[in-house]
Amino acid sequence: MEIPRHWRLKQQRYGLVGEVCPHCEAKIFPPRDVCPTCGGEAKTAYAFSGKGEVYSYTTIYEAPTGYDQNAPYTVALVKLQEGPIVTAQLTDLGETPLEIGMPVEMVTRRLRQDGDERGVLVYGYKFRPAGLV
Amino acid sequence: MENEIIIAGIGQTSVGEHWEISLRELGFYAMDAAMQDAGGIRPQALFVGNMLAPNLSNQAHLGALLADFAGLTGIEAALVEAAGASGGAALRQGYLAVKSGMVDAALVVGVEKFTDTIGPDTEAALATASDSDFEATQGLTPTAQAALLMRRYMHEFDVPADGLAGFPLLAHANGTGNPNAMFQKAIKAEAYQKAEMVCDPINLFDMAPHADGAAAVLLTRCDRLPIDYPYPLIRIAASAQATDTLALHDRSDPLFLEAVQISTGKALKQAGISVDQVNFFEYHDSYSIYAALSLEAAGFAPRGKGWELARDGALSLTGRLPCATLGGLKARGNPGGATGVYQTVEAALQLRGLAGRNQVREFRFGMIQSLGGPASTAVTHILERLQS
Repeated sequence: MEIPRHWRLKQQRYGLVGEVCPHCEAKIFPPRDVCPTCGGEAKTAYAFSGKGEVYSYTTIYEAPTGYDQNAPYTVALVKLQEGPIVTAQLTDLGETPLEIGMPVEMVTRRLRQDGDERGVLVYGYKFRPAGLV
Repeated sequence: MENEIIIAGIGQTSVGEHWEISLRELGFYAMDAAMQDAGGIRPQALFVGNMLAPNLSNQAHLGALLADFAGLTGIEAALVEAAGASGGAALRQGYLAVKSGMVDAALVVGVEKFTDTIGPDTEAALATASDSDFEATQGLTPTAQAALLMRRYMHEFDVPADGLAGFPLLAHANGTGNPNAMFQKAIKAEAYQKAEMVCDPINLFDMAPHADGAAAVLLTRCDRLPIDYPYPLIRIAASAQATDTLALHDRSDPLFLEAVQISTGKALKQAGISVDQVNFFEYHDSYSIYAALSLEAAGFAPRGKGWELARDGALSLTGRLPCATLGGLKARGNPGGATGVYQTVEAALQLRGLAGRNQVREFRFGMIQSLGGPASTAVTHILERLQS
């Protein structure tokens, strides 16, 4: 399903590639072509470090189709070091008690599966507690 | 006076699980009731508020569907979609059509048929209202999004664990007086404290139940009303709509609903009143947290203090600012794109003085607000009872 769309987003999904505004230096993720800070045109690619902290989090039990087999899972708003906030699942939590402000880092993991024999496996970014080896 | 836009007729179905009633029948029942209530005025245009029929019922093209099924074939008809704000957005389009003079009478219907689908497919449908590329793709649901906001809100403003209980307690208390409400039973504070966690910190009572329902209003100009029109005149004193970022994470301050502030500010200005003159407020309590954040962004409470209004009783029928007067989304039920029109019908009942034992004491100005997603769309209307 939606193969071109998943392909089109590969730089964001795998590399956390956003933009930096050439006018005001604001870092932008996801890329949006018009800088939300100054309104100027922003098309310069910028790869984020993948480091940030938990802004908020929750656990999903009632999940949408394609995600329900992985439920329950934890989803968070992660504030990246460079400024923007992203929505992402948290993974590799183990026994780590979750809390707002916890440092996290990006990893690449499977996001969803369509189930049927022709289904696409969608990979992308998740975040795990920072400093795990 | 002749040019005032009047809510001439109102109609609604009960909200609940209507397994035996189809999407088109639901819509028609409310449309028919509104047209009859308006003394048989035939609309020249139909605006349909709906959020998910293409996903839940494999049915798009609702304008033609409902005009056809209601025996109105030939009139102008189209869908207005803005997620959970679809009903409010449809009302605004109806208002603009009549206000412009291009249409003498417009019918606005909000309809949502949730129970054609259940489980993960419903969650997937609901998630289409968010940013598909960067939110839904992470498995985020609207409930989880509200939970993210609620946790952060409680963290930043030191809200106790049961701090938001006042919203569902109020809604359920008011639902007891609404024969069309899904829940007509009051709940106790202990029930909230013991409630099952749905999406931590959101428990069962912090989210409004999705359900089937339809509501409709017929709008016309004052000079088009039947001579023997029986009701006090309710005019649309203000209509305003605003947007915020689609994705919640794209906001510099996720805990401030800017679209609520913008649309409320514009509406108050249009109506020529201050926030203190609003007699009651039908907020969009799809989740308790949105009620709290709306009260703050609309200017009824300082930041971080919206929940205290519910706790302190200020929002009850006899309080300073009655809210969710017929149960709100929480107790009346949340029929998606129909909710904004339900709010309109309920506010009109209050302003007519026909809200029964839920009648608010002062009823000149009523404000209603319809939100799509985390207020990515906010539609605010102010209705006024004209003095005879």
